[in-house]
Amino acid sequence: MGVNYEPVIGLEIHVELKTQTKIFCSCPMAFGEEPNSHVCPVCLGLPGSLPVLNKQAVEYAVRAGLALNCEIAPYSRFDRKSYFYPDLPTAYQISQFYFYICKGGHLEIEVNGEKRGIRLNRIHLEEDAGKLLHSGSSITTSDYSLADYNRGGSGLIEIVTEPDLRSAQEARIFLEQLRAVIEYTGVSDVKMEQGSLRCDANISLRPVGASKFGTKTEIKNMNSFRSLERALEYEIERQREVLEDGGVIVQETRGWDEGQGITTSMRTKEEANDYRYFPNPDLPPIVLEPEWIESIRASLPELPHAKKARFVNELELSDYDADILTSSRDLAKFFEETVAIYNEPKVIANWLMGEFLSLAKANNLEVQESKVTPQQMATLLKTLSNGKISGKIAKTVLAEMFVSGQDPEVIIKEKGLVQISDEGALSTLVEKVITANPKSVEDYRSGKKNALGFLVGQVMKETKGQANPGLVNKLLQEKLN
Amino acid sequence: MSSLLGLTAHELQELLKKKEISSEDLIKEHLSQIKKVEGALNAFVTVTEKKALQEAQKIDEKRCRGEELSSLAGIPMALSDNILTAGVKTTCSSRMLANFVPPYSATVAEKLQSADAVLLGKGNLDEFGLGATTENSYFGATHNPHDLKAVSGGACGGVSAAVAAEEAVFALGTDTGGDLRQPASFCGVIGFKPTFGAVSRYGVVTGASSLGQVGPLTRDMTDCAWVMNAISGYDPHDSLSVASADKGDYTSFLVNDVKGLKIGIPQEYLQGVDPEIIAQLRETAAKLVELGASCEEVSLPYRELALSTYQIISAAEGSSNLACFDGVRYGFKVEAEDLDTLYKKTRGQGFGPEVKKSIILGTYVLSSEQYEVYYLKALKVRTLLKAAMEKLFQNYDCLLLPSTPTVASNLGDNPARAEARDLKIWTCPANLAGIPALSLPWGMVKGRPVGIQFMGKAFAEETLFRIGFTLEQNTNQTRLSLNGKGVC
Repeated sequence: MGVNYEPVIGLEIHVELKTQTKIFCSCPMAFGEEPNSHVCPVCLGLPGSLPVLNKQAVEYAVRAGLALNCEIAPYSRFDRKSYFYPDLPTAYQISQFYFYICKGGHLEIEVNGEKRGIRLNRIHLEEDAGKLLHSGSSITTSDYSLADYNRGGSGLIEIVTEPDLRSAQEARIFLEQLRAVIEYTGVSDVKMEQGSLRCDANISLRPVGASKFGTKTEIKNMNSFRSLERALEYEIERQREVLEDGGVIVQETRGWDEGQGITTSMRTKEEANDYRYFPNPDLPPIVLEPEWIESIRASLPELPHAKKARFVNELELSDYDADILTSSRDLAKFFEETVAIYNEPKVIANWLMGEFLSLAKANNLEVQESKVTPQQMATLLKTLSNGKISGKIAKTVLAEMFVSGQDPEVIIKEKGLVQISDEGALSTLVEKVITANPKSVEDYRSGKKNALGFLVGQVMKETKGQANPGLVNKLLQEKLN
Repeated sequence: MSSLLGLTAHELQELLKKKEISSEDLIKEHLSQIKKVEGALNAFVTVTEKKALQEAQKIDEKRCRGEELSSLAGIPMALSDNILTAGVKTTCSSRMLANFVPPYSATVAEKLQSADAVLLGKGNLDEFGLGATTENSYFGATHNPHDLKAVSGGACGGVSAAVAAEEAVFALGTDTGGDLRQPASFCGVIGFKPTFGAVSRYGVVTGASSLGQVGPLTRDMTDCAWVMNAISGYDPHDSLSVASADKGDYTSFLVNDVKGLKIGIPQEYLQGVDPEIIAQLRETAAKLVELGASCEEVSLPYRELALSTYQIISAAEGSSNLACFDGVRYGFKVEAEDLDTLYKKTRGQGFGPEVKKSIILGTYVLSSEQYEVYYLKALKVRTLLKAAMEKLFQNYDCLLLPSTPTVASNLGDNPARAEARDLKIWTCPANLAGIPALSLPWGMVKGRPVGIQFMGKAFAEETLFRIGFTLEQNTNQTRLSLNGKGVC
């Protein structure tokens, strides 16, 4: 009889703050710039340099904390976390260990229709390290490594969850939900592929029903939501096999290998650093006034959960649609702005989730990067609804709008895509088709009703798809009956 | 023209204003003094002769054009070699930085440069400020100008000796546990450690961030006020510099009157002190009473704990501050086959023994198992000591104690390791409490200078300047001159 194991998962999520400048100096934040072009004595760790805290970074951490239902600490402080590595010029990372800025917190997620509350342990502020580029596959096997300190000293928040997640899928959904909340607050771009959202996972297994945790491993190097889920699925199976074979789990850090689809050992607990945390003597504590915290709370936008509830209750969207439309702040914004001009939420939702998102994907663009405005989208859908164009033509027009940013009326006019709804003109065509297809007319009259569809198709073909299908249908029936 | 050596900045400025001398004359005379005495003294790691002459000429031109000049314009100065100077080698007296030319200047260096003070060179110190005799320098020991067999004190022995030996008119040093007051005392010059936060620490490499302050070394209190005027004030680059520290004009504190001041002499700090120095201290106290102040013995507890507290905190902070020297980006580097070996060899060969000892101690007290036992406890004792001092300052305007328990010891005379460390007992309480402290020369004992120390309330620099100035105006004990003895 095998034991049934249950995974216990906690996440550590790093979010890069979208501040104007780095967290402890006035270098601008840079992404993809010339290496070492955004550096100064402070972020290069030159002797004698001193950090000065960026107030906006504090505000952003508080914003994120409030959005995630954390308690904001009136007093917090920075500590030094010491270790040697070439991407860390001072050989210590300025972080918060003893007194951090946000305590607790929680985020509700929905997994397979069931609501789950996931608790947070804390959110703390810290600085990012630089980037190393190795000539080989790692620092130990390379002839040389290049260091770029542009990213060094960027402001981060680290969000640490309690070990409340119980499956790989749940972990992925949690991270997606968290990403959406952070995106709404505007404190970060939260893009995993660009590294502004990074996630490590702690995972252990225990027999179902047990209260004690098993030995955990920490998984690193997961660069997408999918790889988080895959890595955890792999690690759950790996640990299960070890335990079922009577083995023990080694407490260690393991790296996810995306190509091979496996995790491999990076270092064991014995090799782990003693970080020698101690209060950074160069920085005063962060003391926050309740009024200031409240003013930030008041400035928070409507968050995904509330927005979703409103979409379902007031706009009568399905849970599924509301979920998708609120998954990104920009998509939700586009949706709401379009609804404000053209009050047909369901139609707009269908077009955004279908055509619009697939066009964005095909063009590799973010929602806000498309050239279509909510005004244009509303106009297009109005034109469709009053029968001026067919659904098929609307799709063609939207694709054109996506690329050129032109108004739908202009595209329709220039390409001559207007639907033919002129009864006189269509009558002539209908008669012509009836005359040309005596067999189908015979079939129809003898009761084969689907022959009508063929005849409609013939009229559409004659008009290159521009005839109003409803009208053609009506005219044909009138003449045949 | 009589010698310009040994004069104060304000005396020289009179001559410059009257155009009796030029800045170039002044710089040349000091440069030739440096040439004359450096062989015996070794006060400087770097002498910036060419740059100094160019600057002097520029200032003379400005003066000729009738431009408004600052009070320190054209005055020759020295900076301790742990104060960064852009384009001028800054070594911290370590092999690690023996060829390091910083790309930026410390705020204090920048302020003095914009005041047109002329940098003559960078003063020797104990490597990274760790030591008490300036014998722990990669560039050799600095000798005491009053007696070449004696140490100059430390860590900032170089700049103290340079001012005493008339190589520079004033200097800046750093004081983490007495590193400026103690060598000032040994060399017979004024050393002033301002309140923590009064002067920017940006661009200054001190062993311990929470203890160190930059301060002036001068021949009299007026010069001390002039230099403080130039270097103090809020710096947006130093989060711990205090905006309210902009105290206005320090020369307004130069008041010849101590009537009504209440001075406490902490009896614990008379223990273990050379009786001849105690006699000097009693003489100072008597003079103050004669001038209208009151002096009485008081108790300042935690004398034994203060030194350990200082050592733990400074080693801990220092071990972390010195971690950046890893051979990867700048400074000394030993090429190695892998990263770990690069770190080990670079740090193993780049740091001297005292620095390594301090790093090992600091790393130990910060390790997760020892943190609460040592470091956290030290922070608690620091709070207690601070509170005890604040309590004393409710009843007293300042404290009077010796700057050092003995006069300068002989070079190489090191049973002295322990003794040198113990010197900090008399000075480190001011650093732990973050309060201002002034070391004022008070005559000689055994042919070597004596220093008397005053500690004041945080940001009450005014009281210390008043006492120093009054004593200076009413005695002849505070201005020591070499008079052809020692190095001259």
